[in-house]
Amino acid sequence: MKRAVITVVGKDSVGIIARICSYLADRGINILDISQTIVGGYFNMMMIIDATPIDDSFASVARDIKKLGVELGMDIHCQKEEIFESMHRI
Amino acid sequence: MINLYEVSETNHMIESENLDVRTITLGISLLDCISDSLDRLCDNIYSKITAYAKDLVRVGDQIEAEFGFPVVNKRVAITPVSIIGASSCHTTADYVRIAETLDRAAHDIGVNFIGGYSALVSKDMTPGEELFIRSIPEALERTERVCSSVVAGSSKTGINMDVVRLMGDIIVETAHRTKEDDSIGCAKLVVLCNAPDDNPFMAGAFLGVTEGDCVINVGVSGPGVVRHALTQAHGLNFKELCDVIKKTAFKITRIGQLAAERASQELHVPFGIVDLSLAPTPAVGDSIADILQEMGLESAGAPGTTAALAMLNDQVKKGGVMAASCVGGLSGAFIPVSEDRAMIEAAAEGAITIEKLEAMTCVCSVGLDMIAIPGDTGAATISGIIADEMAIGMVNGKTTAVRIIPVEGKNVGDFAHFGGLLGDAPVMPVNRKDCSEFVNRGGRIPAPIHSFKN
Repeated sequence: MKRAVITVVGKDSVGIIARICSYLADRGINILDISQTIVGGYFNMMMIIDATPIDDSFASVARDIKKLGVELGMDIHCQKEEIFESMHRI
Repeated sequence: MINLYEVSETNHMIESENLDVRTITLGISLLDCISDSLDRLCDNIYSKITAYAKDLVRVGDQIEAEFGFPVVNKRVAITPVSIIGASSCHTTADYVRIAETLDRAAHDIGVNFIGGYSALVSKDMTPGEELFIRSIPEALERTERVCSSVVAGSSKTGINMDVVRLMGDIIVETAHRTKEDDSIGCAKLVVLCNAPDDNPFMAGAFLGVTEGDCVINVGVSGPGVVRHALTQAHGLNFKELCDVIKKTAFKITRIGQLAAERASQELHVPFGIVDLSLAPTPAVGDSIADILQEMGLESAGAPGTTAALAMLNDQVKKGGVMAASCVGGLSGAFIPVSEDRAMIEAAAEGAITIEKLEAMTCVCSVGLDMIAIPGDTGAATISGIIADEMAIGMVNGKTTAVRIIPVEGKNVGDFAHFGGLLGDAPVMPVNRKDCSEFVNRGGRIPAPIHSFKN
């Protein structure tokens, strides 16, 4: 399985997770894990997804998700999990 | 599984601390392009570079999108042109035609620099190599993206003082020919001792003749990440400080290794090395001098600077070596003046001098780098500066280099503006005592006794 990490950082508001989840559902992407915190009104979420169905078009999906972040006024990134595995696991 | 804290740490490094992959450099051998016809040679060079590197920029951008870290530069390094052009170039203008071909190829594939307009003349030079060196000023005047280097010494061969003397003239002429742009031609010209064959960083990048047909070499960076880590390290002793740097260097280097593997896979080109260099940029916070200040120095150049830099350089290597499968290139901390904001400030206020920078090059990579000097500095003085730096490299068995810019029409107190990653530099004073009798002796300084290791 190819996994990816979506991170969302920004001011908390209604419907953030809903928008992202419906984007992912439209593309048949399964969510494996979600964790989030709200510190001082700032929303900080991490979502691990199964990126196998989008492996060939990952770069364009990542760009789409970044654009979605701009629409929502949030900082949203979708990155392949290997960057975090590489940096934090030996 | 990865947790929120780890993800946040990585992304903070990218977004706030300027963590990036500084360059993915595609090395391309041009040995099979050699021809005795200049037209055919130029056609071969253009065809091979544009065929092999056609996807380089696209793959760099794709890696950036997939992992979320910037891949700042995509570049090409080629076999030294003095070798490629030897059988077809009979005038300096012939070599300049090759430079123009390289510039056109670089432009068409979208890379900002192509390195390898180079000569390997550490022991002696052929008439063709001398002709090539004499073509450098015109080549740099007539091209935008071509980088040139001349290897003038090594620990095994000694220092070719004929080349060192000639390079004084070449640098002055290059400065003159590009005077409209603050002598920027000299920012793309470097004289090296013990040059590595697999260096991905410009201006000294070329693909050595011991390398294969095509290879991916990657240079990582991250002075801002190290500096940020050190903000949490105030009051720690040296052992603890070293641990902080090592751990940070490990993390930074893993990003380079990941980018190198991915680029290799996508371009179907073997992965060569990761260069473990801390390379600053003019961006705020992305500075080696800032790291030195964070360690407890008021400014780069203060007493203790050389020791701090030696420690930094060593810990970066120790942390990075385990993170990468193959390490090479220059691997160390770079101390270019114009490309490092805090270094620029230190130079502008006189806290750091060329002599202190020279001392610092004994303990780090690479050398006197991106230093602006008065435009009226004589060729012999520049040759003397080069000779000193070559001697440091030769005796210490390390790479050293000189990339110095005599900015025509400017003097101490003025600023030279190069733009982009090349930055701005205050014109620094040079020792004016005459060394012409020494540099004009001709011949070669023999290799030191400790080079005879067989």
